[in-house]
Amino acid sequence: MFMILGYPAPLLFGQLLLGLINGAFYALLSLGLAVIFGMLNIVNFAHGALFMLGAFVAWGLLNFLGINYWAALILAPLIVGFFGVILEKTLISRLYKLDHLYGLLLTFGLALVIEGLARNEFGSSGVPYPIPSVLQGATNLGFMFMPIYRGWVVLASAIMCLITWLIIEKTSIGATLRAATENAPLVQAFGINVPRMITLTYAGGVALAAFAGVLAAPIYSVNPNMGANFIVTVFAVVVIGGMGSILGSIVTGFGLGVIEGLTKVFYPQGSSVVIFVVMVIVLLVRPAGLFGKAA
Amino acid sequence: MILNRRTLLGTAAAGATLPLAGHSARAQAAGTIKIGVLNDQSGPYRDTGGTSSVAAVQMAVDEFASKGFKVEVISADHQNKPDLGAQLASQWFDRDGVDVIMDVPTSSVGLAVAGVAKARNKLHLNIGSATAELTNSACAPSVIHYIYDTYMLAKSTGGATVKAGGDSWFFITADYAFGKQLQADTTAMVLASGGKISGSVAYPFPGTTDYSSFLLQAQSSGAKVLGLANAGGDTVNSVKQAKEFGITMRIATMLMFITDVHALGLDVAQGLTLTESFYWDMNDKTRAFTKRFLPRSPNNYPNMIHAGNYSAALHFLKAVSDIGVPAAKASGSAIADRMKAMPVADDAFQGSIRKDGRGIFPAYLFQVKKPAESKGKWDYYNLLQTTSGEDAYKPLAASTCSFIKA
Repeated sequence: MFMILGYPAPLLFGQLLLGLINGAFYALLSLGLAVIFGMLNIVNFAHGALFMLGAFVAWGLLNFLGINYWAALILAPLIVGFFGVILEKTLISRLYKLDHLYGLLLTFGLALVIEGLARNEFGSSGVPYPIPSVLQGATNLGFMFMPIYRGWVVLASAIMCLITWLIIEKTSIGATLRAATENAPLVQAFGINVPRMITLTYAGGVALAAFAGVLAAPIYSVNPNMGANFIVTVFAVVVIGGMGSILGSIVTGFGLGVIEGLTKVFYPQGSSVVIFVVMVIVLLVRPAGLFGKAA
Repeated sequence: MILNRRTLLGTAAAGATLPLAGHSARAQAAGTIKIGVLNDQSGPYRDTGGTSSVAAVQMAVDEFASKGFKVEVISADHQNKPDLGAQLASQWFDRDGVDVIMDVPTSSVGLAVAGVAKARNKLHLNIGSATAELTNSACAPSVIHYIYDTYMLAKSTGGATVKAGGDSWFFITADYAFGKQLQADTTAMVLASGGKISGSVAYPFPGTTDYSSFLLQAQSSGAKVLGLANAGGDTVNSVKQAKEFGITMRIATMLMFITDVHALGLDVAQGLTLTESFYWDMNDKTRAFTKRFLPRSPNNYPNMIHAGNYSAALHFLKAVSDIGVPAAKASGSAIADRMKAMPVADDAFQGSIRKDGRGIFPAYLFQVKKPAESKGKWDYYNLLQTTSGEDAYKPLAASTCSFIKA
């Protein structure tokens, strides 16, 4: 068998692909965080909890209303996005004038409350969510057995990342958004409702988290801790990519997924820290992150 | 990766126990027996123990009629952290007048709490941890390990798997005291039965949710059996992903509870074999127990840990009632000796406790039912084989426990 560094090549190719799959989740989640941080300057610690909420909403839609996966993929982000609107309007908007730390504490507290309520209701083992029937099964790629659903996750996530990037970088709405980030009073003077735009941006970021949650539901058991497991890693991804950088979070998300995947072959015990090692190195060399603008 | 959240929670938990101090000092004076239930109430092992274990202990206290003394139950979340567990245990023993610490899943925390209890000659009834070290190198006269351990799991599930032709193994192991011990005990069992070990990976605990990479490594090793030396939510995710990635190996879930089967759903879990020392639908007694238990834990049917907490608490109270509250408060080993001298007989468990502190109860090998076979809610298991308590656990002759040899 063809070997690389003493490991069979098929095994390594398999790990690269798995890395991309995990990277897809990192990219989607960190993208939402980056959008929110870029526009609102809020470090949204509730992101993991909202990701979890997305998965639970999909589960609830299926079990109580019989609404299938495909509809949930659209409905769950809308529902959670609306919840985001409420959060932003009632709580988060009060903190824009204060130090970052307040936003962090508030969203962290919200995360604890949302996760605590879910844990109280559903326990910690979680509830099962079936893979939609068209995406069941797997194909043999020669070097590995590839579940069709995982392939779909990479595709869906890449498309969603692309759409978000296009909206922000290439459309007039995106241009206004970016302008409002630079100088809100000036944009407001042009007759644009900046507070509403900020609310919708938060809802959009949150909807991305919920979308990732629905994608994750059939892979992991839908459980209250699913967001907490991801969120710290995702923050590291955002920091490495450069706080607020859209492209940075997408590229780093996928890239770090691959690095983590390879670590799982060479030194499995280190797979949970490798991302933080990368983070330390990047911060030493480029304090603003790989794609960030130096302050 | 829940360090930040958990650190904050830890501080809150430590703070929450503070106000108890003054109150308990008074309670102690009045001759109250105080039971502390210490377990995971927010993480991956919440459903296997958690608040349902606390409810089980409270149920034993409520059912124990002829007391002549008061019993108080308190509980805390150790968050699967050995340092926090040891700190809470010391606080409970030294300041809050707690007489026995119960449950304590997560072997690393269980070992830490056993150490704290041993140093103070206080009683520790461990139900939730798996490591067989609790009655071997870490044994103590005041420590009792109640309903299962890694040796018994290896013997029952591991032995049966090898017998059924699964003679080459690859392990996916949670990288801490429990996973390593379970892997070591199962390895010994496999080798002794003429099998071989093809490899293993140890993954970081807690916080790992994606097992696909380890599953592929297992598949490419060519081994016949995939041994999962993990528990709770980790096992649930591993089994689910093994199915997703078309892993064709026989899966040996070395530690699995009925609560995990429930989370997986029968579609995915069907056919798995596992070992528990309690099943709610075993006989009239266990069904009667379950009927009384469910109102206290409506969404969580009792597994062996919940039932074990009930049984251990009841057995403890009987022993206290025998030797009297002052004697029970004075010496953990005295109460443990009394518990070892009496047979265990309640609705959930019937058996005894050996002099090294090992609970001796039969180990049941179950197979998870097919969806079509299941007739109702939580009707999940077919009994495959029963190993008597005497055969299921490591014989005293092979024990590395020091105090029983003195």
